[in-house]
Amino acid sequence: MKKNLSHKEIMAIKRVKMPEQDAQERSRNFKEVNLGLSKEQAIREAQRCLQCKSQPCVDGCPVRVRIPEFIEALAEGDLPEAAHILLADNTLPAVCGRVCPQEDQCEIRCVRGAKSGPVAIGYLERFVADWAMEHPEELPTGSTPQASGKSVAVVGSGPAGLTMAGELAHMGHSVTIFEALHDTGGVLRYGIPEFRLPKRIVDLEVTRLQNLGVTIECNIIVGKTMTLEELSEQFDAVFIGNGAGLPVMLDLDGENLKGVYSANEYLTRVNLMGAWRSDFPTPIIHGRQVAVIGGGNTAMDAVRTARRLGAERAIILYRRSEAEMPARIEEIIHAKEEGIEFILLAAPLEILGDEQGWVTGLRCQKMELGEPDASGRRRPVPIAGATFELEVDVVVNAIGTRANPLLTATAPNLKLSRKGNIETDSTGATNLPGVFAGGDIVRGGATVILAMGDGKNAAAAIDAYLNKGA
Amino acid sequence: MFEVLQNDTLAPNVHRLVIRAPRIAKARKSGQFVIVHPEQGGERIPLTIADADPQAGTITLFVQAVGPSTLQIVGTPAGGSLQDIAGPLGKETEIERWGRVACVGGGVGTAVLYPLARALADADNEVTTIIGGRAKPFIILADELAEFSREVLITTEDGSLGRQGFVTNALQELIDDPERCPQAIFAVGPVPMMRAVCELSRPYGIKTIVSLNPIMIDGTGMCGGCRVKIGNETKFACVDGPEFDGHQVDFALLVDRLTMYREQEAKLIGELPPELQKKIIKVKK
Repeated sequence: MKKNLSHKEIMAIKRVKMPEQDAQERSRNFKEVNLGLSKEQAIREAQRCLQCKSQPCVDGCPVRVRIPEFIEALAEGDLPEAAHILLADNTLPAVCGRVCPQEDQCEIRCVRGAKSGPVAIGYLERFVADWAMEHPEELPTGSTPQASGKSVAVVGSGPAGLTMAGELAHMGHSVTIFEALHDTGGVLRYGIPEFRLPKRIVDLEVTRLQNLGVTIECNIIVGKTMTLEELSEQFDAVFIGNGAGLPVMLDLDGENLKGVYSANEYLTRVNLMGAWRSDFPTPIIHGRQVAVIGGGNTAMDAVRTARRLGAERAIILYRRSEAEMPARIEEIIHAKEEGIEFILLAAPLEILGDEQGWVTGLRCQKMELGEPDASGRRRPVPIAGATFELEVDVVVNAIGTRANPLLTATAPNLKLSRKGNIETDSTGATNLPGVFAGGDIVRGGATVILAMGDGKNAAAAIDAYLNKGA
Repeated sequence: MFEVLQNDTLAPNVHRLVIRAPRIAKARKSGQFVIVHPEQGGERIPLTIADADPQAGTITLFVQAVGPSTLQIVGTPAGGSLQDIAGPLGKETEIERWGRVACVGGGVGTAVLYPLARALADADNEVTTIIGGRAKPFIILADELAEFSREVLITTEDGSLGRQGFVTNALQELIDDPERCPQAIFAVGPVPMMRAVCELSRPYGIKTIVSLNPIMIDGTGMCGGCRVKIGNETKFACVDGPEFDGHQVDFALLVDRLTMYREQEAKLIGELPPELQKKIIKVKK
């Protein structure tokens, strides 16, 4: 146990390596890439934490997990206590332990980072969350919160909505989530692939919320089946976390050719509709040479999916250089290991097709980096006359998403930004009383954890709003 | 789960299902559709809502078996249930007072046409209905449409009912008669039929509205799989439609995109037991 270790011994422990499925093998299956730490590995890694008084890691966490506390319990081998702390702060720890960009949030602030690499907070979170799922009988049974008598409608069962629901349920409020699709989880279900986030994990996290008393109704499209106004009448407060479900189109010639997908469609067919499984009827075009346009996590998910569906060449086409890619470093490394090709500083000009209407190629423009743009990244500038053609039979557009107007179009009084996102104050409150919002519908396309942070943040504001009204 | 209350066979493999779906029944407007996901692991199938009864909390769908999932839907008996139904989706029909209107239906499209034609008649339009099909058993709802139509013209390819030929033959006659020439046309049916109607009406400049049914997944604008070209613009049929100005529709692209999964669909049908295969209607695309 850690108590027996000297400072020198603690400093000598090297950062753990995540055990992974062999790259060659995994590039042909949909099983999870990261295999998870053993108990011994997790405890040893936890012992590396120096328990800083200032806790910089916590400041980096959008849901403010008490990181040093759960790690200390783990270092002492007290898994029930570690799980108890983690679950109290984070509604979806098994999800976050897998998909959060820890390297930009908690781990980047770890004081051990400079010399021997930060404590692997993400791996430890995943370990404790997975252990808790497998050992529910060992978790301390929390007291059931007293019912407040207040009800809240949550629109969307993605990361923001699930976090919101968990927080509110703990406060004793009655929560009903309305989900547009036939299954729960939002982007966790339709967007992130099985090999990065097994759907069993999403099922378990959702079940835990249902056990807390949260009701989930699928097949309800707010804006169509019910309006925001109806929800406001039937519930004491409403939280909108319906995501940024509208693909930004490339607006290029040939975009409507067969074999050209938005990343949303490509990933939804595979993840939600099971196109990767032989026992599901959902069709998808199994390209031999697949180009995915974009450099974010969605692009990495799509290109690695294409590889697993049998693509001989699976290519990332990105208009800037690798340094500007918004994707997580881990995803980029994993993609490269799996044989993904990166064609950088290149942008599509035209999608080429044959007489039967199938995509056959991409005509591309070579780019170079110019001055930084509004995002602080160097702007890609076309190199005059430098174009080339790429032979492909599937193209996936992963350049981004925008706010879906279905809900907001039927709520004329709700204040929106110029881009159609819902405007909120720092607590998540919209201009309508009792209506709050968070996640991608407010931010545009962002990350799971930022959406969860919004959910947690707005839950506190909703609780205050409900208590004020009482 | 959504309970099927009634399931009648209208024509070979064309069924009318009355389903309990109170929220959808309450919100539904003419021209809108639902997505039916019959079971876990099934496909999501877009189907136009033919009728809704908000008091009874029911919706009526007309479904033609064209593949394994639609076969499963039509095979759900009264008392059985469908796992997921989401909607109502899409925009509502813009009902105007055009004056004389021709409503043209082909095959199961006639079922989608029926509530549309009735709404047009209710808005004081003089409705002439033209319905066509392969043969007599495929002609549906003729009596129901006759209740509010000035006349119902029937065409069959084999001449077994009404006039032998296509709906366009009957429409041409209507257009050629100054007393009956329509000021607007609504056409719902197989894509080649809608396309032929649009080509026929185009030179006369008669406004022609069609209801499109491209390949779709979520029905909320999220995936963009249902994109169609209207004039020079790409639109999503699920949120911008399903009804469009037929003269602006790029039918060649629509036909082409509908064939995207032809191989996979044929394989799925081929894997069904022979007695079920017989129940599937081959649709012209």
